[in-house]
Amino acid sequence: MTTAELRLEDLIGRDYRQGFFTTLETDTVRRGLDEDVVRLISAKKNEPAFMCEWRLKAFRHWLTLAEPRWSSVTHPPIDYQAISYYSAPKSRKDGPQSLADVDPELLRTYEKLGVPLQERALLAGVAVDAVFDSVSVATTFKDKLAELGIVFCSFSEAVQEHPDLVRQYLGSVVPYTDNYFAALNSAVFSDGSFCYIPPGLRCPMELSTYFRINAMNTGQFERTLIVADRGSYVSYLEGCTAPMRDENQLHAAVVELVALDDAQIKYATVQNWYPGDKDGKGGIYNFVTKRGDCRGANSRISWTQVETGSAITWKYPSVILQGDDSVGEFRSVALTNHYQQADTGTKMIHLGRNTKSTIISKGIAAGHGHNAYRGLVRVARSAYGARNYTQCDSLLLGDTCAAHTFPYIEVKNPSARVEHEATTSRIGEDQLFYCQSRGLTPEDAVSMIVNGFCKDVFKELPMEFAVEAQKLLGVSLEGSIG
Amino acid sequence: MNAQLADRYALDFEHVKPTLAGAYLPWLAQTREEALTAFIDSGFPSLRDEDWKYTSVAAIEKTRFNPAPPANGAAIDAAALMALRLPGAHVLTFIDGHYAPAQSKLGALPAGVVVAGLADTLEREPDRLRTPFGHPAVGYASGFAALNVAFMSDGAYVHLSPGATLEEPLHLLFVATRPSQATHLRNLVLAEAGSRVCVVEHHAALGATGYFNNVVTDIVAGRGAAVSHYKLQEESLDAFHVAAVNVALGADASFVSAALALGGALARTDIAVALDGTGASCSLDGLYMTDGRQHIDHHTRIDHAQARGTSREFYKGVLDGASRAVFNGKVIVRAGAQQSDAQQTNRNLLLSEQAEIDTKPQLEIWADDVKCGHGATVGQLDPDQVFYLRARGLEDAAARKLLVFAFAGEIVERIALAPLRQRLDALLHARLPRGSGALQ
Amino acid sequence: MLDIVNLHAGIDDGTAIRPILHGLDLSVKAGEVHAVMGPNGSGKSTLAQLLAGRDSYRVTAGSVQYLGRNLLELPPEERARAGIFLAFQYPVEIPGVANIYLLKAAVNAVRTHRGEAELDAIDILALVRDKLKFMGMDEALLYRAVNQGFSGGEKKRNEILQMALLEPKLAILDETDSGLDIDALKIVADGIAAMRSPQRAIILVTHYQRLLDYIVPDRVHVLAQGRIALSGGPELAQELERRGYGWVDTASATRVGATA
Repeated sequence: MTTAELRLEDLIGRDYRQGFFTTLETDTVRRGLDEDVVRLISAKKNEPAFMCEWRLKAFRHWLTLAEPRWSSVTHPPIDYQAISYYSAPKSRKDGPQSLADVDPELLRTYEKLGVPLQERALLAGVAVDAVFDSVSVATTFKDKLAELGIVFCSFSEAVQEHPDLVRQYLGSVVPYTDNYFAALNSAVFSDGSFCYIPPGLRCPMELSTYFRINAMNTGQFERTLIVADRGSYVSYLEGCTAPMRDENQLHAAVVELVALDDAQIKYATVQNWYPGDKDGKGGIYNFVTKRGDCRGANSRISWTQVETGSAITWKYPSVILQGDDSVGEFRSVALTNHYQQADTGTKMIHLGRNTKSTIISKGIAAGHGHNAYRGLVRVARSAYGARNYTQCDSLLLGDTCAAHTFPYIEVKNPSARVEHEATTSRIGEDQLFYCQSRGLTPEDAVSMIVNGFCKDVFKELPMEFAVEAQKLLGVSLEGSIG
Repeated sequence: MNAQLADRYALDFEHVKPTLAGAYLPWLAQTREEALTAFIDSGFPSLRDEDWKYTSVAAIEKTRFNPAPPANGAAIDAAALMALRLPGAHVLTFIDGHYAPAQSKLGALPAGVVVAGLADTLEREPDRLRTPFGHPAVGYASGFAALNVAFMSDGAYVHLSPGATLEEPLHLLFVATRPSQATHLRNLVLAEAGSRVCVVEHHAALGATGYFNNVVTDIVAGRGAAVSHYKLQEESLDAFHVAAVNVALGADASFVSAALALGGALARTDIAVALDGTGASCSLDGLYMTDGRQHIDHHTRIDHAQARGTSREFYKGVLDGASRAVFNGKVIVRAGAQQSDAQQTNRNLLLSEQAEIDTKPQLEIWADDVKCGHGATVGQLDPDQVFYLRARGLEDAAARKLLVFAFAGEIVERIALAPLRQRLDALLHARLPRGSGALQ
Repeated sequence: MLDIVNLHAGIDDGTAIRPILHGLDLSVKAGEVHAVMGPNGSGKSTLAQLLAGRDSYRVTAGSVQYLGRNLLELPPEERARAGIFLAFQYPVEIPGVANIYLLKAAVNAVRTHRGEAELDAIDILALVRDKLKFMGMDEALLYRAVNQGFSGGEKKRNEILQMALLEPKLAILDETDSGLDIDALKIVADGIAAMRSPQRAIILVTHYQRLLDYIVPDRVHVLAQGRIALSGGPELAQELERRGYGWVDTASATRVGATA
């Protein structure tokens, strides 16, 4: 392991090292954050001046903010000066050289998930170019999409190739002033995805981060921007974000979606960052700002997420319903096992007339997991005829876990109709016994009940994703029943 | 709290201290001093406090209220006062923060039942209050609670010995007659094992304007005791009303509450019920009807601390004018509180373009063998229902009135205490816009 | 009594009007019973609701005269008071409003309109009890909230009960026969038949012929694509029962061809 690798212990200061000015390998910036580091990141990426300025403004704003404390999650303090904010893709020779070098437990997990051998290697960070040329795969699709006028590339590339688009839309949904982590991300983000669908075009394939997983060994502060121009359609999959076992880190991503008139964006995530071990040691802090802006009339943005990973998940994929008749949707399955904590939900901000939103949240808590739904439905005075329906269900497995529901409903228009319902249930021993007496193993029974509980969300996922999600739940719940 | 404001309250406190109930008791003086310090430290709640996110009390903070004067026999409209009394009840009347025996009607009480003014009890039998008031609270729920302890003038003291039953309802009638006055009332209901009592906490104004009523009611119900608490708030429309009801339930105890809020420019009620014994149960109903620029906030907190508890909560709101209402209902099921059963519903009707509702039903569950759910809705009258009634000959306004009345009526008809139910019915009739003659 | 001429109307969904009726003509005289039949989506319920004053429907052309007045100008309650009664296909549930309360309010609204004295609760109850028996309804239904928790049959009977109490001049029964078992159908049909009188017109909107076995209409109209495609005597209903609605298109085309 190189010094560029961040261990969670460093991050949270338990094994604090005063290694600020240690000379690191050439592709890694010293730890800590100041204006010079922000300039250096921008320079290394060869960015135009406007980007550097924007990053600096974000950084200066970040300095004025305090880390938020309002969520239900708890974690030791994060030392932001102990993090290195730029680390170029690590050299292949640093990673495992073959599958034999990879942690066997990790490989077993992949196997259970049904990930093909080649992909298992890719996910585990094995140098696989010779076997599985992901770069050329990605390029093939990119060229095909480019022919249609669709831009789909890394954020860095977009800054170079399409600076006007980036300038127009960057920060227009999540401004750097939005919150602590968004400000930090804006100052230091390393890379991410950029996507632009021209007017009237239906993107012919599901776009996915999966195709550039190798080039994206950045993770920590990524930034995604998707713009669907008038009348266009795109479905985007934030791929099986691999459990990079050795990278315990703060993940503070920002995702911005913009849908213009009659456009539709579907954004699906299956999040499976490393959740920490059975005793709650290690794991990712996943503090993400995701927001879509239904800027045009009749536009539609759907978030679907399956959250099974991370030690702490803290995110609220939201939709600003500006355009008249626009539609926002949020469907979520969040699972916490062992000592995982999740505080997740959505915000639906109704501004336009006849705007509609639907929220389906399924929280599953097992072990010592804490699972909180936190959601805001706001109907502004201008939002005549706004409609919201929210269903929040919690499933508890065992008596040491916790499930919370914190909906906020703010209505300023009398023609609005808002409905919120929440239920809590458990898998009871009588249910398990019933299934067992019909020949099922307890594991199969739990899996069956859990998948039934989540089917409203899974049915919105593309087929392969849904299968993967179901398997993930099974794996994540292992050991949760005695 | 800023220094100027702190000085003002400290000065006020010094002035009234000698006149406060039980001033001669060192332990109470200490409790009051410590509460004042806690109040000055915390100050008034702000919008930054999660529990006060939607309710600004800046108007209370800015206003210089007159401290409560000592008890006196102020002239009062006797007929108007009589009209407020609930028939068939024992009536304890409090005028401007002080028990008024001459205006009260306390019938013969059965053995084991004590009903008295709090100030009188502090004078005559202070030991009864040593336990509740002798130990300064570890923390106050808000600055208002601390302020209440520092300045409390009077209130009702109710004690039921084990197995005692007070058949007739106990009507605690709090009347404000003076403008711009702050009153800090404190009620204590101690219902020991197996006892039963029904208390009506009723706030009204006779001529008073712009006053501030800060009231705390503590209820302790022992094993198997049954306590009902109805709170009817019809303060003057420019008054400030801040109330807390804190309830602790022993095993198998039951508590029934209805919070009925019609008055006040700014009214906030916090009801916290702790199901501290196994098998305890509670039912919390509420109805708020707002108009003009009223702001009415209800916060409830039901804490299932032990197993096999049951809670039901049903709050409804009707909002008109440029008014605003807030509902925040929290249900907590603690680890180990298995077989808890909690259901909560909040329904709101928005009748006007300027009205605003903020609702936050919350569940915090730490046990798995539980049945918990909540539902919240915001909407307007169902156009299908309005059309159906009009197709049967009712005028549009009459149809709407009928539907609003029916919406609110669902809470009214759940009130078991008939005289209160009738009174509320009449209040609603008077309040709703007059419709067609077909309905009269 | 009722004259509908060249009626064009549609549903207003807030942004546009989706046309449903395309030039409908219908004339109904006092004492007559007309059956309006037709396949699903032909505009039967639109016609019924529009006549009662449902504001989500918009008239784009044509006229409706009722007792010499322009019906379309009147709000729904004035139509009700002037003697129009719609028995709803899906009677709405109104929690919190007792059924008897609605009956009293409705009867008195009509009586006041006619210049008659209002009835008090006791008079109403006496009146209602009589009709209840006839409709085979339990008195307990009077004290339950309007239609709430009523079975499908109870809801329909409740509609006929209201009609019997309100004694309308023009009764429009929108698929009152749907969802009823054979016994309930008989009771409902008897209730309607008892209302037949020389002073009253009745429009039966129905999908099937079976209600017409009990109440033989004077005229039968077939609604298709938003207009009356065919009209005839009671035998037309039987023809439809045998040959289905598919036959109407050809039949009406022939007829239109013949008159042209």
